[in-house]
Amino acid sequence: MVQATAEILIIISPFFFIGLINKVKAIWAGRRGAPIFQPYYDFFKLLGKGEVISGTTSFVFRVTPSITIAAVLFALMMVPLPMFGSVLHFDGDFVMFAYLLGLAKFMTVLAALDTGSSFEGMGASREATYSTIVETAFFIVIGSVGLLTHHSSFDTIFGAVNMAAAYTPLVKILLVASLFIMLLAEGSRVPVDDPNTHLELTMIHEVMILDYSGPDLAFIQYAAALKMTIISMLMADLLVPSHAALVPALTLFTGILVFVFVSVGAVESLIARTRISHVPQFLFLMTTLSLTAFAVVAFFLFGGIK
Amino acid sequence: MSWLKISNAQAVPVGEIPLLTIEELRSQTISRIKNGERLVLLFGDKTSDGVVLYAVLADDNASRLSVACSKFPDQKSYRSITTEAPPAHLFEREFYEQFGITPEGHPWLKPVRTGIPGIDHSERQYEFFSMEGEEVHEVGVGPIHAGIIEPGHFRFSCHGEKVYQLEIKLGFQHRGVEELFVRNADRPIYLEKLAESVAGDTVIGHAGGFIRAMESLADVTISNRAKVIRAVALELERIAVHLGDLSALSGDVAYLTGSSVFGALRTKVINTTMALCGNRFGRRLLGLGGVNFDITPRLLDDVSRVVDQLDEDVALAAEVLFSSASVLERFEKTGIVKKETAVALGMVGPAARASGVAVDIRSDHPFDGFEFVPVHKLTLQSGDVFARAYVRFVEIQQSIRIMREQLGRLPGGELRKDLGRLNKDTFVISLTEGWRGEIAYVVMTDGEGRIRKVKVKDPSFNNWFALALAVREEGISDFPLCNKSFNLSYCGFDL
Repeated sequence: MVQATAEILIIISPFFFIGLINKVKAIWAGRRGAPIFQPYYDFFKLLGKGEVISGTTSFVFRVTPSITIAAVLFALMMVPLPMFGSVLHFDGDFVMFAYLLGLAKFMTVLAALDTGSSFEGMGASREATYSTIVETAFFIVIGSVGLLTHHSSFDTIFGAVNMAAAYTPLVKILLVASLFIMLLAEGSRVPVDDPNTHLELTMIHEVMILDYSGPDLAFIQYAAALKMTIISMLMADLLVPSHAALVPALTLFTGILVFVFVSVGAVESLIARTRISHVPQFLFLMTTLSLTAFAVVAFFLFGGIK
Repeated sequence: MSWLKISNAQAVPVGEIPLLTIEELRSQTISRIKNGERLVLLFGDKTSDGVVLYAVLADDNASRLSVACSKFPDQKSYRSITTEAPPAHLFEREFYEQFGITPEGHPWLKPVRTGIPGIDHSERQYEFFSMEGEEVHEVGVGPIHAGIIEPGHFRFSCHGEKVYQLEIKLGFQHRGVEELFVRNADRPIYLEKLAESVAGDTVIGHAGGFIRAMESLADVTISNRAKVIRAVALELERIAVHLGDLSALSGDVAYLTGSSVFGALRTKVINTTMALCGNRFGRRLLGLGGVNFDITPRLLDDVSRVVDQLDEDVALAAEVLFSSASVLERFEKTGIVKKETAVALGMVGPAARASGVAVDIRSDHPFDGFEFVPVHKLTLQSGDVFARAYVRFVEIQQSIRIMREQLGRLPGGELRKDLGRLNKDTFVISLTEGWRGEIAYVVMTDGEGRIRKVKVKDPSFNNWFALALAVREEGISDFPLCNKSFNLSYCGFDL
């Protein structure tokens, strides 16, 4: 019962976190800012609107929002909550997790190409390029904890990782930092992308969904927000001790989520977006961090990579 | 025959302007430009006995302008000046478009605004430069844009993210401004308002330029008080737009702190202009024969206080912006315009000064209150987005100094004089350093002292082509940033 409530809360929370980022940015800029629940109002406003579908598009464009949202929700089912574990788990589920997120992205890219717009084609090409870097690094992240715990399911990995040896804090810090970069990249946030710009030539994610309107746009925005929430949940899973009691564990878990999104807001307030040609350098930082974590684990487990 | 030497806003009888043959005008214009003079204007004027081509060149070091003309009774072509003097290139295109006289050998003879007579101007007919090849793609942006900005079409030829070539097509906002001046010559208030509306972001600059030309035609010298108030208004406009630009540049690189702080500062400045005349952009502040609003002692206190506070705030905000590594990474070495390019294109204003070209009308051909204070021509060498941003910051500081000096000893005098009748058959050219650069107004009267011809040149006319060159070999995603660093006017170009 509690687990079901928690899962439902997670499902409805993503827009709250987006509102939180915007609030932090507003405060930093000296503004009062939009209400923290504004993204919800926008979501329902979009749901009530009609749609314009370009005559040049095919069915791919139309099925993409549904597939995207289904894939991301499916992926959410594999991410464990502290104490409860995940709704769905099996050995190697993290591979399926990664490819569900990949499927969502693949469909968005296809839909962008489907419109035939030169802008959207550019956005699709950028998104596809950066994904190749992020996806690899993600497997190194999960590979490191998998190696550490000898498990291959999110559920058991995160349960075991907090019991492990003295050097785990170091590994955890590296992995959490790595996941934070993944969050910025997958969530299309500064310094990788600029969610607020109106300049199509500089956009990555936003430009791919330019042709969407009404409920389809609402779905896509929800899926994007949910994806960010999922990644931040992985960070919290790494940090919450598995032997804590239910209430402190859930409180800590929620606290970490809030902290992560406040940090995203702070990052966006303090630094400018990087040049598009330098984005891969930033993303390789994620690879470097995760590889370092992997090396540390390998070193302590096997006394070095032989 | 030697050219007629005049100073800024000095009216001369049209008959005194030396009439050369087109070959003489061509060769002398070329040799003067090669000797370091700057081409201010090259424009045609339709008279009863043929089209007359006027050339105005500036010797900035000597604060002198030279003017000459040539007549085309019936011939339909001449040898292009552009082939040897590139600054003429857009002027010749404009001349061709307006009068159908072909500059033979012009390398880029395309429509400027309305289209060439007899040729359809629609998007399908206009021939863009195009590239072909594997992985080369074209991106067309506009004329309708995502933000609330003016219409203009940008055609990029790209290889992946890299821009090989950009072609900018404007003219969507052509309103016939020059024609409107002539048609409404009897309605002085209309004329003032029209000049204020040539480019909405340069109200004081354009109004001042036109009004000074008119005053010179009527032999009216305005009071020193009016001169100083005009100079203060022009500097307020400069500060406000530069602050807005720094805010927008920060916004384009998603640097929230810069974008909000500079935006807030701009509001303070335009509110000061509003305190001065009731409009945030300074509309109706200037009038023919002087100014419409006085700076009262109480207002003087308020303005001085704002200026003092601004001085501190701008320094602080700029320190934060220009020391932020992530911002510098975006600004530096982006959209470089080399000095040779800037000179060859005849660039003006802060964009030219950021490339090391020392041109500033306030210093070279002083007008209004700038006759009383020295103005430094602030230049940087790198010619990138950083230089164009930084030059704005130092110009704000200089403008603050100028305002302090001017307000510190506000001279007396009547606010506004009656203009009376304009001199007959007279020619005048008035130059103004608007915030974007040199604004030129030529006004000519007929035998009855009525306005017969008005020629307007907004600095955007000089600088648009520089933007097209600046983004070559850059990433296409940096185009908006480069564009903003020039911040050129569409309607000022389209007229």
